[in-house]
Amino acid sequence: MKNKTSSRGITQKQAVAGWIFLTPATILIAIMAFWPIIQALFTSFKTGSSANMTWASPLTFNYTRMFQDRRFMTSVGNTFLYLIVQVPIMLVLAILLAQLLNNKDVKFRGLFRTFIFLPCATSLVSYSLIFKSMFATQGLINTILVNLGILKENFNFLGTTWSARMVIIIALIWRWTGYNMVFYLAGLQGIEYSVYEAAKIDGANGWKTFWHITVPLLRPTIIMTFIMSINGTLQLFDESVNLTSGGPANTTITMSHYIYNNSFGQGVANFGYASAMSFFVFILVAVLAAINMKVGDTRD
Amino acid sequence: MTEAKVKKNKSAIQRRLIPTYIFLIICSFLSVFPFYWMISAATNKSLDVARGKLALGDQAAVNLRNLLNGYDLWHDMANSFKYATTQTILAIFICSLAGFGFELYHDKLKDKVFSILLLAMMIPQVATMIPLFKMMSAMGFLNTVVGFMLPAISTPFLIMMFRQNSRSFPLDIMEAARIDGLSEWGIYWRMYMPVMKATYAAAAVITFMNAWNSYLWPKVVLNKPEAQTMPMLIANISGGYTVDYGLLMMAVLFCSVPTMVIFFVLQKQFAEGITGAVK
Repeated sequence: MKNKTSSRGITQKQAVAGWIFLTPATILIAIMAFWPIIQALFTSFKTGSSANMTWASPLTFNYTRMFQDRRFMTSVGNTFLYLIVQVPIMLVLAILLAQLLNNKDVKFRGLFRTFIFLPCATSLVSYSLIFKSMFATQGLINTILVNLGILKENFNFLGTTWSARMVIIIALIWRWTGYNMVFYLAGLQGIEYSVYEAAKIDGANGWKTFWHITVPLLRPTIIMTFIMSINGTLQLFDESVNLTSGGPANTTITMSHYIYNNSFGQGVANFGYASAMSFFVFILVAVLAAINMKVGDTRD
Repeated sequence: MTEAKVKKNKSAIQRRLIPTYIFLIICSFLSVFPFYWMISAATNKSLDVARGKLALGDQAAVNLRNLLNGYDLWHDMANSFKYATTQTILAIFICSLAGFGFELYHDKLKDKVFSILLLAMMIPQVATMIPLFKMMSAMGFLNTVVGFMLPAISTPFLIMMFRQNSRSFPLDIMEAARIDGLSEWGIYWRMYMPVMKATYAAAAVITFMNAWNSYLWPKVVLNKPEAQTMPMLIANISGGYTVDYGLLMMAVLFCSVPTMVIFFVLQKQFAEGITGAVK
C-alpha cells in the first residue's frame, strides 16, 4: 500500500510534503551558517593574503599569535567587562520595571511601557551616534555638568579609557533594558494575578513578593534573556565602531570590531588570522550558552 | 464596603505608589530624552548643538538642504527600503513554510533536523562573514540585494517562531480540508496563511526592523557607495574629520523615522515579534 499511515497518523505522502516544505529553509541554513563555520575553521589554519593562502606552519600559528596579541586580549577583556557590568544591571532593572508595570493599581501603565520600550525603535548605529554627540567634549552632558558645577571644565568622555567604557555601558543599558522588560512582562502575564493578591493578604511586602514570587516564577525567562544578552554582548560591533571607534588607542574595542579591522578594515586583510579569532568567539558563545542551559535545566 | 471607604482605600493605594511613579517617570524621561535630543539637534546649528542647546531651533531646512547637497539621502533611503522589504517578504515565506512543515508534519527525523538547525543560533556573525564574503564574491552577489539578504532569509529564530505558533493550528480542519480534496500546498496557501495572520505580522515587523538596522554584514557585502544603506550613510557622515552635528542628526532622524513609525503603529506586533519564539 502506498499511502500507509505512519505511527503518528500522517501518511507517507504527507510526510514527503512536510519534507518539501522545510527543505528551502534547511538548505539555506546549511549553506549560509554551517558550511561557513566549517570553512572558517579551515581558514584559521592558513596564512597569506586572500588570493593565495597556504597552510600555516606550524598549523596553530594563528592561534598562538592570537594569545600573544595584546590588542586582541584587550578586546576580549573589554567585551567581558561590558558583559559582566552591563548585563546584570540591565536585567535587574528590566525585571524591576516589569514588576512595577504589572501592578494593576499603577495608572498610565501603557504609556510608561511605550516610553521605556521606545529605545528599541532605533538602529544600533543611530543610538551610538546620538550618544556620541551627547557625550562629546563639546556636547550636552559636558555643558550640563559644567553649568551644575560638577565639572570645572569640559571633560573628554570618549577620549578617556575608563569613561569611554562607561559611556558604552550606559548606552547599552539604555538601548536594551526595555527590550528585556518586554520578555518579563510577557512572562508575568503567565502568572495568575491572584498569586500576588494572596501574597498581599498574607502581608508580604513589595520586596518579599519580588524575591519569593516574581523571580522564581520568571526563572526560565531570566535564563533565556541571560543567554541572549551574553550572545549579543560577545558580538558587540556597532557601538564600538560608531560610539568610540574603539578608541582611545583601541582601549574600548570589542572582539568583533578588532576582527573586522583585521579582515575588512583599513590595512592588510588577514583572513587566516581573523578566522582564528572569530572561531575563538564562536567557541566562547557556544560554551557560555551550554553552561547556561545546563544551569537552566535544574529548574524542576 | 461603602463607597466612601472604597475611595479612601484607593487614594491610600495611590499614595503608597508615589515612589513607583517617581521611578517610572525618571526611567521614561531617560528613555525618551535622547529622541528629543536627536530632534532638537536636527533643528539647530552645529555650533548650538555643541553648546548643548536644548530648545528646538529653526535650522531644520538648512540642515536638510546641506544633507541633500552633500549626500545621496534619497538613494540610500531607497536602498534600505528595497533591501529590507525584499528580505522581509522572502524570510517570512521561507521560514513560515518550514515552521509549517516542522510542526504539522512532524516525525522523529524532522524533529531531529530542527534541533540541529537551532544550533545555528550559536554561530556568531563575525565567524561567518569571511567565508560568506568569499562566497558572495565568487557568485557575483557583492553590492546586490541578493548578497545582502541571502544569509538572513532563513533564520532558526523565525522558523522556531512559526513552529511554536503552529501548535494552535487546528488539525481536524486540516483533515476536513484533505477530505474536501485540498492539496498539502493548498492547506498552506489557503488555510495556514490566513489563520496565522498575527504570527506573520509579528514576524514581518521584527524582520524588517532587523534588516533595516543591520550594519556589520552590509558593511562587508555592500562595498560600493551606490549600494550603501542608511545606517552606513550616517556612520560615514559621523566618520568625517569635522562633523556637522545638525546635519548628522537630521540624517539619523531619517534613518530612525521608518522604524519609529513601525514601532508606534505596530508596537504590539513588535513586542510579539521579539518574544515570538518563546511561548
